[in-house]
Amino acid sequence: MVENNRWGNFFAHLVLILGVAIVIFPVYVAIIASTHPPGTFIRGVMPLLPGPNALENYKIVITEGRSRAGTPPIGGMLWNSFVMAMAITLGKLSISLLSAFAIVYFRFPFRIFFFWVIFLTLMLPVEVRIVPTFQVVADLGMLNSFAGLSIPLIASATATFLFRQFFMTVPEELMEAARVDGAGPMKFFKDILMPLSITNIAALFVIMFIYGWNQYLWPLLITTDPEYYTIVMGIQRMVTGGDSEPLWHLVMATVVLAALPPILVILFMQRLFVKGLTETEK
Amino acid sequence: MASIFMDNLGKIYTGGVRAVTGVNLDIADGEMIVLVGPSGCGKSTLLRMVAGLETISEGSLKIGDRVVDHLEPAERDIAMVFQNYALYPHMTVYNNLAYGLKNRGFAKSEIQRRVNEAAQMLEIAQFLDRKPRQLSGGQRQRVAMGRALVREPAAFLFDEPLSNLDAKLRVQMRVEIRQLQKRLGTTSLYVTHDQLEALTMADRLVVLNGGQIEQVGTPMELYSRPATTFVAGFIGSPAMNMLAAEYLRGLVPADTLSHVPTRADLIGIRPEDLSLAAPKDGEISLTGTLMLLEPAGAESHLHLRFAGHKDMIVARLPHVPQVAEGSDLTFSLSREKLHPFDSASGKRLS
Repeated sequence: MVENNRWGNFFAHLVLILGVAIVIFPVYVAIIASTHPPGTFIRGVMPLLPGPNALENYKIVITEGRSRAGTPPIGGMLWNSFVMAMAITLGKLSISLLSAFAIVYFRFPFRIFFFWVIFLTLMLPVEVRIVPTFQVVADLGMLNSFAGLSIPLIASATATFLFRQFFMTVPEELMEAARVDGAGPMKFFKDILMPLSITNIAALFVIMFIYGWNQYLWPLLITTDPEYYTIVMGIQRMVTGGDSEPLWHLVMATVVLAALPPILVILFMQRLFVKGLTETEK
Repeated sequence: MASIFMDNLGKIYTGGVRAVTGVNLDIADGEMIVLVGPSGCGKSTLLRMVAGLETISEGSLKIGDRVVDHLEPAERDIAMVFQNYALYPHMTVYNNLAYGLKNRGFAKSEIQRRVNEAAQMLEIAQFLDRKPRQLSGGQRQRVAMGRALVREPAAFLFDEPLSNLDAKLRVQMRVEIRQLQKRLGTTSLYVTHDQLEALTMADRLVVLNGGQIEQVGTPMELYSRPATTFVAGFIGSPAMNMLAAEYLRGLVPADTLSHVPTRADLIGIRPEDLSLAAPKDGEISLTGTLMLLEPAGAESHLHLRFAGHKDMIVARLPHVPQVAEGSDLTFSLSREKLHPFDSASGKRLS
């Protein structure tokens, strides 16, 4: 900022603190709610101070699940979510890196056409094509499998587009220097392009992981076997499953645990992530 | 080390644009050839065709005794120095130098020996662990040179390697590159648009214009006997003055110009051939009004207007004369220093 007066500072901080408070409050409520005994919520008042049942609630969620409503212990669901998110992330990254590489560095017939075809898929999110996609996955016998959970979500126009834009800013001379230095296309890709895109890859990794982790509608559609339930749809089943009042203390404990892996991914990737969004090293 | 033979080389880009036409040039082993010309004259395209970065549309290219028309750059045994250096930004200087050797499967000890040797030679040994972005422009330039050196190739190709450096560093690197090239005796092809760089570095100079060779020769040949008006105007600074022959004929006794072919309708005069000394017998005497005096330290440039001549004439004197702008000055010029041209074809006559 150019100006640096006291009221300006105060106002700026006020806005920031308000913003943070609005974002933090629901998270805070979820954490608090996960520490209360079952009876607390029936009164319809949400407590704002921690309750005594934290350890017990988390123990139930982790070890027993809520078997009467058909939700298994969350360990398995966390693992399923993790596998699905990782498969989607790695699949998206490798496919979009390679297709961007092809589009930017190779001259083949209908190159621009293919680029636009990829670009057009941006306009068709999963929800729009969900019925035909389900049909295809069902016909291929991939219901209730990790392949069925992840493969239909792997193609990514966004990531392809992002990598294309980045590759186009890499000076052409680098590719030429590599050719003179005896590096073939794949060697150039591996030795020069990949290390240069590392920050972009990290940024996309985080975004894609969270995208994969948060998938809700698709897993809900294609999994009927509790073996393949993901944590996000598990939460939904906990809320609606069974005839009794939702056990909010257990739901919230699950929510808190479900939010941990994406947070860990962000923490680990944070330095690369921020770098990838804000600066390019060339 | 090898000679390079270009046989009627031509380049037509997809879309039909002709960049290079009919280039015949034989480069001897160990020779330093400089390709020079204005931007868009095809000099870089020609160099990139030799490197293998552009395909050859017409003709044939031999490096040593191999025809290399369809070989990949890496198989041609050449090394290239790029204008913007094209160093790999994520690799240390050492790895930048070693990359080409690693790809060729050299033993680790051999790579180490060559990299260290090149680093010593270029005085970049203390930067081997650094990344390119931690180096200054001149140091990056050296690393780019080193990357070419370690390969010990048959030929070096330089694509305007000094144009990103400041004036002082450019002169320094120019000298270093030339010394190094002479010491190693490696055949080199050097592209520049700077005529001074071209004159000082070349064994032989190739002037390109519109994708075609205008003239090939030693720098002094080109300077003292330019074959076309284009070369005459491009080589030398300030550029050669062009006077209408008719104007000159009306100014001096007929027998003074008896050696100039009658077909010549343009006469070129180098600015430094005009002298303020009193004309001797048989010398041409010209009088003009001084419009502008540009002192340049050791020399000075005088912009003159000759009565009845459209363009200003520039004279270059090896000192700064004490004359006032607006005064009339008389110059003498030796008869032998005239460059007669035919303006229609642009060719030199005699």
